[in-house]
Amino acid sequence: MSLSATQATPRGLVLRGLSKEYVPGKPVLRGIDLAIAPEGMTAIIGPSGTGKSTLIRCINRLVEPTAGEVLLHGEDIARLRGGALRAARRRIGMVFQEYNLVERLTVMENVLSGRLGYVPLWRAWLRRYPEEDIARAFELLDAVGLPEHATRRADALSGGQRQRVGIARALMQRPDLLLADEPTSSLDPKTAVEVMELLARLTGEAGVPVIVNIHNVDLARRFAQRIIGMSGGAVVFDGPPEALEPEHLRQIYGGEDWL
Amino acid sequence: MSAPAAAIRPGDALRREWHRFTPQERIGRWLVWLAIVASLVWAVRTVEIIPEFLADAPQQMADLLVRMWPPDLAHYYPSVHDALIETLHIATLGTVFSFALAVPLALMAARNICRIPALNALAQLLLVASRSVNSLVWALIFVAVFGPGAAAGTFAIAFRSVGFVGKLLAEALEETAPGPVEALRATGAPWGSVMLKGVWPQVQPAFWGIALFRWDINVRESAVLGLVGAGGIGVVLDDAINFFQWDRVATVLLAILAVVIIAEILVTRIRARLI
Repeated sequence: MSLSATQATPRGLVLRGLSKEYVPGKPVLRGIDLAIAPEGMTAIIGPSGTGKSTLIRCINRLVEPTAGEVLLHGEDIARLRGGALRAARRRIGMVFQEYNLVERLTVMENVLSGRLGYVPLWRAWLRRYPEEDIARAFELLDAVGLPEHATRRADALSGGQRQRVGIARALMQRPDLLLADEPTSSLDPKTAVEVMELLARLTGEAGVPVIVNIHNVDLARRFAQRIIGMSGGAVVFDGPPEALEPEHLRQIYGGEDWL
Repeated sequence: MSAPAAAIRPGDALRREWHRFTPQERIGRWLVWLAIVASLVWAVRTVEIIPEFLADAPQQMADLLVRMWPPDLAHYYPSVHDALIETLHIATLGTVFSFALAVPLALMAARNICRIPALNALAQLLLVASRSVNSLVWALIFVAVFGPGAAAGTFAIAFRSVGFVGKLLAEALEETAPGPVEALRATGAPWGSVMLKGVWPQVQPAFWGIALFRWDINVRESAVLGLVGAGGIGVVLDDAINFFQWDRVATVLLAILAVVIIAEILVTRIRARLI
């Protein structure tokens, strides 16, 4: 089922020996080797502080990896600098736990800001985004179920609505890969399921692979085709949801009273 | 007697007592108060008030007020009026110019925007230097450079404001939420676009608030710059005082008061709409 790093296809994402030490000698990630197929949803589960967020942020270099390779379609993102790094980031969408919308801008501008890697500064300043970007932003707002909210300010929205805008912004990039860092952790259970459904459906339609950090094991089982369990900065489980047994959960999270 | 003594140990009641401060803290607080009182006493002794002058101060004050009344309102137009308009020009141009200097310095001083500690320190130093010199002193310097007139006043206002505006802007920049900035960096946006769409919307209310507040202060400050020859209504005020024309002095003071009140009302109204 899971591809090993050595027989990876050039499409998709491959991590080789990815390590991160915020403090020298105290690794948060211990040489991660993973290959992510160019479609479907991969969920990363594991206790808080085990390096899930660091792993995801190393992929688009919001965090600098200490060692290792991050190969997207065969190109090592870990080596890129300046304009080349920005060009790589344009192909990777990201959804955040706290939504990270610009609160004082309208929903429309937040969605359009997904194009900032492509649109020149003067156009962004004068708000003269290309016609096709605006058309696409309206399509995405329809798709996430917020068609009538385009001109509302982001700080007027509820949490679930904000995350929908976050998803629209990420898809606005037309990404080759979507990263989601705890996208449902700030939401109530019902909204969390709705947001995950939306994320799975839209990325499935667009054929964009998703890597999602998630605390909720049930949501991971329900929406992901592959689950990666992390503990202590290393991968301790990798397989389909059906293969995830209580034994594995014990290994990932430790203890057993909570099971 | 011995059984309950075993259950409740002596000192249990004491251990449950609560004090806001430890004994050391109390001594420390007492010493701080002592230092405050001592420095006040020292300050009063340094001022050396001359008793004779203090005694007839109310008389002198009353005499001045009588000489000021009635104000020479005929003097208002054109001489006071023109000087007043010049004062507003000095304040406005000085504020705009100060922002041109303060924005780059604020970006350099904000530690979340400029990651080079040496540049942070340099910007802080320049901002403190600007603030450490009073606008009247700046005016004296620029009168020496440009000669007497409104240009010297404008530069004096600008250079004094840079420190104030730059410091407050840098603080506003440092208080911005990092999340939206991170999100825009993740889209592959270049630095300028991240600043424009991630940082600027967050500091915008603070920016306009600081601009209005500083303009308001500058209107008042530029009113006195004329005392050292840097143009504006201060020149008219200085002339009137030198010639003991107290009724004209009254007119000038009333004009300044009116402008300050109008500026205050305007600024309050605009600020209420900004946020």
